[in-house]
Order: sequence, then structure tokens, then C-alpha cells
Amino acid sequence: MHSSRVAAVVLRQFYLIRGSLSRVLPLFVWVAIDMVLWGFITKYLNAVAASGINFVPMLLGAVLLWDFLVRVMQGVTMAFFEDVWSRNFLNIFATPLTISEYLGGLVISSIATSSVGLIVMIVLATSLFGLSVFSSLMLIPFLLLLFLFGIALGICGSAVVLRFGPASEWFIWPVPALIAPFAAVFYPLSTLPQWMRYISLLLPPSYVFENLRAIVSGGAASESALLWGGCLAALYVLLACRFFVLTYRRAVRTGLIARYSAETVS
Amino acid sequence: MSIYLNTAQALPLAVQREMGYDMRRYMAGSVLSVRNICKAYGDTVAVDGISFDIAENEIVGLLGPNGAGKTTTINMTLGVLEPTSGSVYIEGVDLRAQRSRALRRTNFAAVYAPLPGNLTVYQNLRIFGLIYGVKDLAGRIDMLLDHFDLGVFRGVKSGVLSSGEQTRLGLAKAMLNRPRLLLLDEPTASLDPASSREIRGKIREFAKRGDSGVLWTSHNMYEVEEVCDRVLFLSHGKILLEGDPKTLPREHGEETLEELFIAVARERLMSGEG
Repeated sequence: MHSSRVAAVVLRQFYLIRGSLSRVLPLFVWVAIDMVLWGFITKYLNAVAASGINFVPMLLGAVLLWDFLVRVMQGVTMAFFEDVWSRNFLNIFATPLTISEYLGGLVISSIATSSVGLIVMIVLATSLFGLSVFSSLMLIPFLLLLFLFGIALGICGSAVVLRFGPASEWFIWPVPALIAPFAAVFYPLSTLPQWMRYISLLLPPSYVFENLRAIVSGGAASESALLWGGCLAALYVLLACRFFVLTYRRAVRTGLIARYSAETVS
Repeated sequence: MSIYLNTAQALPLAVQREMGYDMRRYMAGSVLSVRNICKAYGDTVAVDGISFDIAENEIVGLLGPNGAGKTTTINMTLGVLEPTSGSVYIEGVDLRAQRSRALRRTNFAAVYAPLPGNLTVYQNLRIFGLIYGVKDLAGRIDMLLDHFDLGVFRGVKSGVLSSGEQTRLGLAKAMLNRPRLLLLDEPTASLDPASSREIRGKIREFAKRGDSGVLWTSHNMYEVEEVCDRVLFLSHGKILLEGDPKTLPREHGEETLEELFIAVARERLMSGEG
């Protein structure tokens, strides 16, 4: 893998973001709004609920982690969509750039863009609403696991758009919303019917949110569950990369790369 | 009109191997060797077993009516389209087996592949320069901006350039890595006659001064005759004619290359291929 080629993919994204307010603002504005909105909701719930549960870490912490996962996924897909929107596939794939270098560039771009959102969320959540659970060392495995799963979703989504054409990006945007109910972001897994729980077991974020609730309730995190979730997330990254490579090879075989446009959706 | 196959095409790969043909020796001096490549989409055959070579300092014109298979051939040579069968060797490196290595000293420009319009001229060249691993990239970009009169547009978004300026930018990108194989798909299609002449001169100078070969498609027969050392007439995915563009028309009873082109296209239609 040539670092200069990976750097080129990252630099392209940096140039685009630097020169465009419409790309800079989404990095932190929506997550900031989420923090403020959910921050006040949790404050209100703390005031009216007689249970004594502190909703700030339970709900606001969950929103923060979930938003981080979504930002990681979108960090990959947005960087990929830039090539879709500028019809750059022929230029980019007729170079020595390998698929691993290309995907590496997308992932590094996502690390940079999602970090901006994460920092803004942590600053707002701690300074305005006193969120403190993230002083726990468990934040690192939580973030790592969600990061890996977000990368897997992003690469998989990019492969879908590569396969079905630019219009299929509308399949990708709602993916986090489709996963959220199964990931048990805001409620315990036990709330779900059995068939949904089976699906939850296959989703790494569900292990994060179960453990978050366990810590907030004064319990301990299950390291083995997190490890299993991490292994699942790593497996999904590998599978997503494989899916992208196979989709790319198919696109080269069928000629889709050479004539990729909105009209090629099949 | 007599139509003959070129010699390389007459010798299928299997026959060459049976004859003990040494591919490496055969390809010595060739920057591009295309061997029996076919591309079929279901029952439709876009390219039908063509073979040709491009030598150092040689500019080869790939001519043919619309749908003849020119762009398909270029796409297969660029590695963005996989041949159904056959092989492409760039500097002796098998494109299918070692794509990245084969494309290191290859580049292309095409009117249908403009550089991203949301990046500036400099940013586009820097990004592609990094991808191609160009040494002294800043100096190389400055030289190319100067060479293609793009210096004044250095900080301008590529999307707001005129079509002629975008063509010049595409050519600057195509020469970033000092390619040994340069593929040009109608490189002067959107240029005025004066700019076309200037660009032709630059490309010719590029091919003759270094050790590069150029594959050039164009519908401008005057241009082809002026620039190309050899032309390949492609029709319905096959090479029908091959030769020197200055002598080929008379060899086939036509006055000009354009008349020969029309005759080839008509023959294709009359034979029911179109």
C-alpha cells in the first residue's frame, strides 16, 4: 500500500471540506442540535420522573454514541459520494490506485470528519448537561466498537451505490434508522420481542448500549460481551471490504465503472 | 475495396505459443501490446479479438465510426473494463495480473472524463500527482501549468473553466507522470482550430522527445494524418485496415483518409454490420 495514494484520497476530501461551508457545517451542526435537544429532554425527564434514574447519561450518552456511529458511516459514504457526484470513477480507477488504498483513504477521511463531530458532542454534553459517564475508561472500547461497525456500514453502503448507481444513495441514508430499533439504543434488549433480540445479537452496537446502561445503573460492563461485539464488528469490516471488492470487480467486468452515471442504475 | 487483417491479429495467441513465440522478445520496444482482446456483452460483441502494438515514439490512431469499439478498447487498456478474453501488456506487464504496476506509467485524457469541477486546477493536479507518485510534484505541476497555459487558472475551480481549458487541464493531468503509454480519446474535440494545432504539436513533441507511445482516437482525419505514424481502422470491433495514414488511402483507391473512412463505414453498413 502506497501512503501517497491514500493521502491523495484524504487530501481530496480535505480540499472539498475546506472550500465549502455546506460541507463544514454538517460535520458538527446536526450532532450539536441533537445534543442540545436531547440534553433538555433528559433534564425534563429527570425533573418529572419519580424513579430517580439519571436520564442524562442513559439517554444523552446513548444519543452521543449513536450519532458518532452515524457520523463514522457517513464519513465513509460522503467521501465515496464525492466521486459519484463528480463522475470521477473513470479518472480515479484508471490510475495505479488500488482498492485497499482507496478504501483506506475513505476510512481515514471518516476518522477525521467523525472526530470533529465527536469533540463537539462531548464538549456540549459535558459543559451544558454535566454528562460525566465518559470519564470512564469504557469509553474507548465503546467508541472503537462503534467506529468499526460504522466503517463496515459505510463501506457496505458505498458498495451498494457502486452496484446500483447514484440514485441508490437513498437506500443508504436510512440505514442507521433501520438498525437503531434492533441496536436497542434507548431501551434494554429485554424490551424487544424475541425475534428482534436474535437480530440484536448480531449487531455490535447493541453490546455497547447494553453495557452503557449497565454502567449507568451502577453495575459493571461485561468485557466478554464487548469483546464478542468487537469481534463481530471486525468481521463485518472484513466482509464489507470483500463485498466492495467483489462489487468493484463486477463493475469492471460489466463496464459500469467506465460509464457510471445516474442512467446506469439497474 | 480489399480489406485485410493486420499481421498480429492473424496469429492468435495459442498459435504464437505453439510456434514457440517468445512474448517478451516480441514485445520488446513496445509500450503497449494488445493480444486478441474481446469484449462481449451477452450476444453483443463490442470488440472482436483485436491485436496491435504501440512502439516507443509512435503515435497510433484508432479510427472508426461511432460504436466501432474504440472507447471500449481504450477502457480495456486502462483497466476499467475487463476483456472477455485476451490480454493487455503495458511495458511487458500484464494488466490483468499486475494492474497497479502496469498503470503506473500510463495515463489518459478524454472529453467524457473531466476532472472534478469542485476542485481547483492545482488541487486536481496535486491529487493525481500523489496517486501517480510523481517526484518533485510542485515543480512538475508548475511546468505543466506553464506548458498548457493554465497558470492563470491555478486557483480556479475546474468546473468553471471553458471546455477548451478543461481539455488542456485533462492533458496536463495526462502528462503528470510522464507516461510511457498515453491514451487520448478525442483530445481536441472541444478545441478551436488554433488551440487544436497547438495541442497536437505538444502531444507530438511529447511522443517524439521521450520514450512514450500514444494511442489516439479522433474523427478529425486531417488531424490524424498530421499526427499519427500509423492508423488502425476499427469497424464492428475488428481491425479492418492498418497502415500509414499518408499512404493508406491511395493503397485502397481513395484520395484522402476521410474518403477512406467513409468507404470503410459504408462497407460496414452494406455488409449489414451496422
